[in-house]
Amino acid sequence: MPERNPLDPEQGPIAPGGGYGAGMDLAASDADTLEYPESHGQEPGGPAGKPRSLWSDAWRDLRRNPVFIISVLIILFLVFISLWPGTIATQDPLQANLQKAQAGPEAGHPFGFDQQGRDVYTRVVYGARASVTVGVCATLGVVLLGSVLGGLAGFFGGWWDAILSRISDVFFGIPVVLGGLVFLSVVTNSTVWPVVGFMVLLGWPQIARIARGSVITARQNDYVQAARALGAGNSRMLLRHIAPNAVAPVIVVGTIALGTYIALEATLSYLGVGLKPPTVSWGIDISDASNQIRNAPHMLLWPAGALSLTVLAFIMLGDAVRDALDPKLR
Amino acid sequence: MTTAPQPTRPEPSDGQPADREPILQVRGLVKHFPLTQGIIFKRQVGAVQAVDGVSFDLFPGETLGIVGESGCGKSTVAKLLMNLEQPTAGEIIYRGEDITKLSGRALKAVRRNIQMVFQDPYTSLNPRMTVGDIIGEPYEIHPDVAPKGDRRKRVQDLLDVVGLNPEYINRYPHQFSGGQRQRIGIARGLALRPEVIVADEPVSALDVSVQAQVVNLMERLQDEFNLSYMFIAHDLSIVRHISDRVGVMYLGKIVEIGADEEIYSHPTHPYTQALLSAVPVPDPEAREYRERIILQGDVPSPADPPSGCRFRTRCWKAQERCVVEEPLLAVPEVFRGTAGPAEHDSACHFAEEKQVVRPED
Repeated sequence: MPERNPLDPEQGPIAPGGGYGAGMDLAASDADTLEYPESHGQEPGGPAGKPRSLWSDAWRDLRRNPVFIISVLIILFLVFISLWPGTIATQDPLQANLQKAQAGPEAGHPFGFDQQGRDVYTRVVYGARASVTVGVCATLGVVLLGSVLGGLAGFFGGWWDAILSRISDVFFGIPVVLGGLVFLSVVTNSTVWPVVGFMVLLGWPQIARIARGSVITARQNDYVQAARALGAGNSRMLLRHIAPNAVAPVIVVGTIALGTYIALEATLSYLGVGLKPPTVSWGIDISDASNQIRNAPHMLLWPAGALSLTVLAFIMLGDAVRDALDPKLR
Repeated sequence: MTTAPQPTRPEPSDGQPADREPILQVRGLVKHFPLTQGIIFKRQVGAVQAVDGVSFDLFPGETLGIVGESGCGKSTVAKLLMNLEQPTAGEIIYRGEDITKLSGRALKAVRRNIQMVFQDPYTSLNPRMTVGDIIGEPYEIHPDVAPKGDRRKRVQDLLDVVGLNPEYINRYPHQFSGGQRQRIGIARGLALRPEVIVADEPVSALDVSVQAQVVNLMERLQDEFNLSYMFIAHDLSIVRHISDRVGVMYLGKIVEIGADEEIYSHPTHPYTQALLSAVPVPDPEAREYRERIILQGDVPSPADPPSGCRFRTRCWKAQERCVVEEPLLAVPEVFRGTAGPAEHDSACHFAEEKQVVRPED
């Protein structure tokens, strides 16, 4: 490798690893004098420490971000009660006591009773499983399918892009509620999967369009040309250069869509084509309770509150991840 | 007149010894971008003739400057040289091989030896990669160049070579100024120890105060690593500063090419003369007496270039012959055998010497 040129006045001495001064503005240090400005006192391990990358930096950043920690705790709690609802709710979500219909909170039933005298607290806990499954699976499906198809369309362009864009236009044209009535009324399976499948089928074009647009924007940058000039293959350009720079809008829209999918599940259930009793879900309870909001607001508030908290947690998570992946915000 | 530019024509007139082997030979390079109509069923309605028959040689260790106004095809030539675009016709010969026909492994091997420095340091560095990853990426793509354990050290050496603190390795591009970013881009270009660097307006996006630093750095690196530069710019004084030879482009063609003294002090093509007359003169007294050649009209559309000589629509010397017959890039007849500095390639039927800029002291 090249030696340092001793004749060159531009080259100052290399600052020893020690004395980091206070962080100074780098922009101001771009001078011909090139006495290396002191490093930021940012990293205690010193610059001679481990090489860092976007992902390791993002992870370091996330671990210290309270928003990230809170949202992850909420999500872990939701996952926990989805898997083992019996640990915090000992009653049966289906046991009805009509004498207590719409009754308010009392000892042992902190959230009160619903229309059929079932314990609202137990139903909120048990409802997490179906709602979180629908929300998370539909979002994952939509984001994966949409960003892969849209990303490839944006990257390769040409006829593949033309065909895919027309197909996504077709799916865009299907009204969600009408489509749900048509697709789901022929399904007799009462699990969450037909609902998830329907949401993925109708949801992917939205993400595909966003992914396509941001990939096209990222692809035009000179650093992608530079990578190609170095001999990088398509997969390296897509994964190292384009994906990290195109993922932010997908994350934002994806996390917001998660709440929409849980709400859509409620709408479909209300129309009788989504989840069907005896499945317990927030969506079913919210649509039942919405008729009784003046008589018994607690029936609506608790499942709706749980839904809002879930959506909030995922939006906060998405926000934190997006920010951590942008070095400029650090 | 001759029939066509001959590929093996010696270059006695431009200061290059005829026996030197060029490292890069460009012959009859053409790039037409199709103009299409329709969405799915596209049909071609014309073509933008961005580059239309460009030939030149690049010799080891020299700097060839390419100047011309915006849209004349300079950057397309750079992209073609880097194989980032496929030429419509013509060949680029590097070490006896036409690199426009290569693909896969062979192309990757050639890319090691021809690297590029980009115009805009704000978009040529991935904002989500650390400087270490950016400069180290060439080694990841070509793992045989440097063993894994050695890479970090090499990246730090490169940072040092371009005058940046090796400790900056974990920083991100946005933490640097434009000039520093351009140095990072140069370090990335140097990583594979190429023989040729194509610099596409490497300083035009920088502050004037920083331009000189970067140009001087490039000159120093050229001596240190024996690089050949193809230096594209629209700033004539920077090109004069760094180049050994200069080519002037107009509307996709080279109109005049020669050693930098020949072009700057003895231009024979009217377009070169007009271009040079627009260079700001620092001396106010000299400015009073110099002649400004003001061209009329705009550059014609490259989708529909004029017949014959492409410059004729704006040339004050244009005559009937210019409409019918396209002037070829060769030593004009009047200067042939004169052995003077005006004896260099110029694509004009009515070439004459006209000194527009005072010779540099």
